[in-house]
Amino acid sequence: MSDSHSAGTAVEAGWGGGASPFAVGHKKLGMWLFIVSDALTFSALIITYSYVRAANEWPTPFDFYPAIIFSSLMTLVLLSSSLTMVFAVDAAHRGDRSATAKWTWATALGGVIFIVLHVNEWIHLIHDGVTPLSNPWGTPLFGGTFFTLTGLHMTHVAIGVVYLGIIAIGFKRGKYDAEDVEVSGLYWHFVDLVWMFIFPLVYLMSTKIS
Amino acid sequence: MNEVAEYVEIHRHPEPKSFISRWIFSLDHKVIGIQYVMLAVVAVFIGMALSLLIRLRLVWPEQAVPLLGDLFPVGAPDGVMTPEFYLSMLTMHGTMMVFMVLTTAPQGGFGNYVLPIQIGANDMAFPRLNMLSFWTTFLSFCALMMAFFVEGGAPISGWTAYPPLSALDAAVIAGTGQDWWIISIALFCVASLLGALNFIVTTLQLRAKGLTMMRLPLTVWTWFVTAILGLLAFGVLLAAGVLLLLDRNLGTSFFIPAGLVINDQLIDRSGGSPILWQHLFWFFGHPEVYIAILPGMGVTSHILATFSRKPVFGYKVMVYAIAAIGGLGFVVWGHHMFMSGMSPYSAFVFSVLTMCIGVPSAIKTFNWIGTLWGGKIRFTSPMLFSVGFVSLFVTGGLSGIFLGQPTVDLFFHDTYFVVAHFHLIMGVAAIFGMFAGLTFWFPKMFGRFMHEGLSKVHFWLTFLGVYAIFGPMHYLGMLPHPRRYAEITGVDYLAAGGSAEIHYFITIAAMITITAQLIFLFNLVWSLFKGKVCSDDNPWEATTLEWAVPTPPPYDNFAGRIPTVYRGAYDFSLPKAKRDYAMQCNSDDMVYRQAAGD
Repeated sequence: MSDSHSAGTAVEAGWGGGASPFAVGHKKLGMWLFIVSDALTFSALIITYSYVRAANEWPTPFDFYPAIIFSSLMTLVLLSSSLTMVFAVDAAHRGDRSATAKWTWATALGGVIFIVLHVNEWIHLIHDGVTPLSNPWGTPLFGGTFFTLTGLHMTHVAIGVVYLGIIAIGFKRGKYDAEDVEVSGLYWHFVDLVWMFIFPLVYLMSTKIS
Repeated sequence: MNEVAEYVEIHRHPEPKSFISRWIFSLDHKVIGIQYVMLAVVAVFIGMALSLLIRLRLVWPEQAVPLLGDLFPVGAPDGVMTPEFYLSMLTMHGTMMVFMVLTTAPQGGFGNYVLPIQIGANDMAFPRLNMLSFWTTFLSFCALMMAFFVEGGAPISGWTAYPPLSALDAAVIAGTGQDWWIISIALFCVASLLGALNFIVTTLQLRAKGLTMMRLPLTVWTWFVTAILGLLAFGVLLAAGVLLLLDRNLGTSFFIPAGLVINDQLIDRSGGSPILWQHLFWFFGHPEVYIAILPGMGVTSHILATFSRKPVFGYKVMVYAIAAIGGLGFVVWGHHMFMSGMSPYSAFVFSVLTMCIGVPSAIKTFNWIGTLWGGKIRFTSPMLFSVGFVSLFVTGGLSGIFLGQPTVDLFFHDTYFVVAHFHLIMGVAAIFGMFAGLTFWFPKMFGRFMHEGLSKVHFWLTFLGVYAIFGPMHYLGMLPHPRRYAEITGVDYLAAGGSAEIHYFITIAAMITITAQLIFLFNLVWSLFKGKVCSDDNPWEATTLEWAVPTPPPYDNFAGRIPTVYRGAYDFSLPKAKRDYAMQCNSDDMVYRQAAGD
């Protein structure tokens, strides 16, 4: 009883002005809001994808390049980079500057590997005739939606890699604090989360898993 | 006069010295707010000139307009507007007004200037982002202006840019006008997203001590909810715009169906759907309507209370109504698409949800009248514009109830009834909100009053003028007279039923009303330099914090301090108080006890 009462007063104090109601910094709240709006941008594309997929003959099963296992490997790399990001944020909160920089670089490296693998996949698909405009299996929007969705996502990963690099260098030099690392982590986890929508929708639902 | 009970000292940032960092690339929310307002004033006069051309072309299609032939040799050879040129004028009129005026001035302009002061902050949460928002908006404006002058001229697909017209050059005159339009809108989306984010963080994080959410002025509430709408809506339009750009320039076919034949030519695209664009566009487009009108509602509530010397009637309910309008605004986009081919069940759902918006809207109207009821009304020019807002909101809102019914909309769709409806409620009402805000805050912004007599003349001419323009359009719509036709004389059935005479009347009314806006322009410029000096920090005897700072406010608003807030935003006519109002920063001690000492 007394616990809930004091919690209630704390909430009151937070919303009473003169303090952050969520006890967070401006940047962290700002990043959450950016994520909300960016999620809607991705939603628009995912809905577009679903809409045209439902309205067209979709060339399935499709194996991507060279096989779905390769795309799964990409996914594994990206997901693992979220884990290293968690370690980076944890180290930052402990105040361990060099460990933070190390884990942040490891996260950025995960992003780079993802991009390299993904671009490799793109090049081979383009080589096989899949472009945003057409593909050998008909239904031009198969390529159109694929490249738009994964392209926007890859752009986000690339921006994230640069962002993490800036944070890693800046944090080591003492320019940023732990919350800045956490904010970059929010962005990175969000980019990973978006992939967790794209991967099943675009890849798993199109392939034949044997 | 504006005694403050208590201040909290804060770290003070020095004022920048150079002209460029003080006035051009300024980080000061007040300067950025004025920049937004100035951009909107330029845009509104361009948009209004376009509407004049639209009206002229409708009534005198063969008539040459002086100078127009020199500016647009293709669209208006020898000054005579082609039908395509008419369509591009109405596209650009809509785009200019909706984006560059209705979205920038109420939120980016007045919100930027007033919100931080009203919540007792010394700037926005992210001043640099704020500057970036404005200059991105400015680039967006430049890109939109480019569309006029590139080969092929401005786009003709309307402000909604419906494909396939907007997606295929084959459907129109080849050119890059539509591309510039999309680039402009994409930039605008980015700018608005950043701005919205900034507004939300500022409102949540930077309220002064004692300023709870339920003590916020209603202006702040509407700017806050508008920012949430912008945050959620513009990202979707951004995605849609990118897809349309790909359709136009790369050759994808997101919005282009198979088997499309244009000018006897089969278009070699397939798989897409124009309806998809409509969904994405209106998911943004309907909240956009509220982005335009909500700040006007806030300003109106604020001003009605101040000049009735009464608290806002039902403050809490007003807050809930604002939130309800904002929330419902996201689930009614389908009512723009009743005619696009939609399951009757979906149409039914969208229709019922649309009717639901009538409830909070009616509550707000009732409360505005409740605020006026029995008040000691002071008929200043901001008050006149606010009462005008209520009138226009009711008139425009009532026709919305007709259009929200799928069966009635089948008849009214794409007629002048729709034009009348959205101009009154979204266009003119919102602009009355801006006039109210400008005349109200002008003395705080510039230390001088706008000329009261000129403002009143401007009000009456505009108020009667817009009813003369848009009132008869309801009748035109019932004939039903379709919109977007470039002329009425060449088509027999269009001129029937007296519609030619009505169009003639509307054009004359528009010419008078547009001329009356020159009074406003003169008043604005004249008052900046020669207006009556405002020597009082609180000339309207208002209660909110912007009236507790010097006039005009110093660089960081409260001069290195933050006031403490003791009461709600509208404490007028408190019983036993020594004055008929109590400012938010006045403690009870100041409001009641000192009366004995006087």
